[in-house]
Amino acid sequence: MRLLVIAVLSFFIAGCASPQLRGTGDLGLIIERATGQVTLVNTTSKSAYARIGGLGDLSHASAVYSRDGRYAFVFGRDGGLTKIDLLEARIVKRIIQSGNAIGGSISQDGRIVVAQNYTPGGIKAFDAETLELLSEVPTEYAPGKFSKVVGLADAPGNVFAYALFEGGEIWVSDFSDPRHPATTRFPAGNQPYDGLVTPDGRYYLAGLFGEDGIALVDLWQLEKGSRKILENYGRGQEKLPVFKMPHLRGWSLAQGKAYLPAIGRHEVLVVDATTWKEIGRIPVRGQPVFVMARPDGRQVWVNFAFPDNGKVDVIDTLAGKVVRAFEPGKGILHLEFAPRGENVWLSARDDNKVIIVDTTSFKTLGEIAADNPSGIFFTSRAHRTGF
Amino acid sequence: MYPNKLIVGALVTAAAANALAADPSPERQKELVRLVRQDCGSCHGMTLAGGLGSPLLPANLKDKPVEGLVSTILLGRPGTAMPPWDRFLNEAEVRWMVDKLLTEFPR
Repeated sequence: MRLLVIAVLSFFIAGCASPQLRGTGDLGLIIERATGQVTLVNTTSKSAYARIGGLGDLSHASAVYSRDGRYAFVFGRDGGLTKIDLLEARIVKRIIQSGNAIGGSISQDGRIVVAQNYTPGGIKAFDAETLELLSEVPTEYAPGKFSKVVGLADAPGNVFAYALFEGGEIWVSDFSDPRHPATTRFPAGNQPYDGLVTPDGRYYLAGLFGEDGIALVDLWQLEKGSRKILENYGRGQEKLPVFKMPHLRGWSLAQGKAYLPAIGRHEVLVVDATTWKEIGRIPVRGQPVFVMARPDGRQVWVNFAFPDNGKVDVIDTLAGKVVRAFEPGKGILHLEFAPRGENVWLSARDDNKVIIVDTTSFKTLGEIAADNPSGIFFTSRAHRTGF
Repeated sequence: MYPNKLIVGALVTAAAANALAADPSPERQKELVRLVRQDCGSCHGMTLAGGLGSPLLPANLKDKPVEGLVSTILLGRPGTAMPPWDRFLNEAEVRWMVDKLLTEFPR
């Protein structure tokens, strides 16, 4: 009997194990925004291994990861929040949490997923395990007036910082008690468009669209309030039209400096990340959208708003200037570095593919077919604050 | 910056009558649909249900005067994030787009 049990068990185990064990550290997903799909990819084999549909309107969709890198939480424009299992390549759960959403974030301990919403304006916190609603913070900045939320980012201590587009404020919500968040408000400036938390979790920056400058809060010293940096960087000059809003995230920090997109100027602003004073500007070939440091900080890659969205400029942070300017594809919407940055994946929306480029030789290493690809998100984000 | 602003402004008010006669070519119409869905879509949403920019579905636009919509697209709206598109679009193209937005925008 015992032998039989062992025989049956070993057969069963062998059967189960046949899809082979695999880790999650080199996985990721590509948003295919027009068709409501994501393509799952492996960054070691540089290939796609599954495609999942039924995610709704993925305009401007983004994703965050559970601590183990197994689950992706995809935030769609239609308020959809979809939890995907990257190992089993399936949707675990999907809810519609608002009317119109813009992204989300996950807490330091990985237990709270927070969505940021345009309609109704505010943020909502969900249990990462079940997607049960835990609490919400409506962004009623004046009686009866609700603001769209932009720039939501996680910070240590299950804190989330975000900015109010119409409200012109930065809010910092502490979810130590996930069902009863405590919120502190700070003035920001005219029309914050996005925000970032520095990789050490200390500073929150909100970029301003309606005026030259960036609002900054020291999350270690909330009592000091907010302040403006880079005020009047345009010095009253007429702004160039901005055909797409830039994005900010913790990837802007490299080698003790922040590399930030100017608004209405074809420049990357360089700021000392301890004094927060401007220390330089680098001319580039369009309105920057993503200004993204390679994980080691040696390079900063820049893509651009329409009509320059076929161009990519690469800044060498040692030289302080663009060292490579090229046109890798049509409609470059987003880029994502391999976890240690030896290659970068660029979505070429109008070529229906993702292009993988070596960051040393700039040679194309491969391509992955994708339908109107936009965001690319690798599981290495799971372990980075502010991603 | 935009020397053609005044001229376009004049066209906006004057050329309504012959706009219909000058519908963009079928190829151009395809480009315009893609531009609206993809590039206008980066603020207004690919389904035009709104985002940082206002929703552009027929129900949202039906009470707005056509001339205002045309000039908003061509000249932008100062003080907001809406830029002027007159570098890329002529008035007939914008009128065609507005007409489609007010009825049913092609996929």
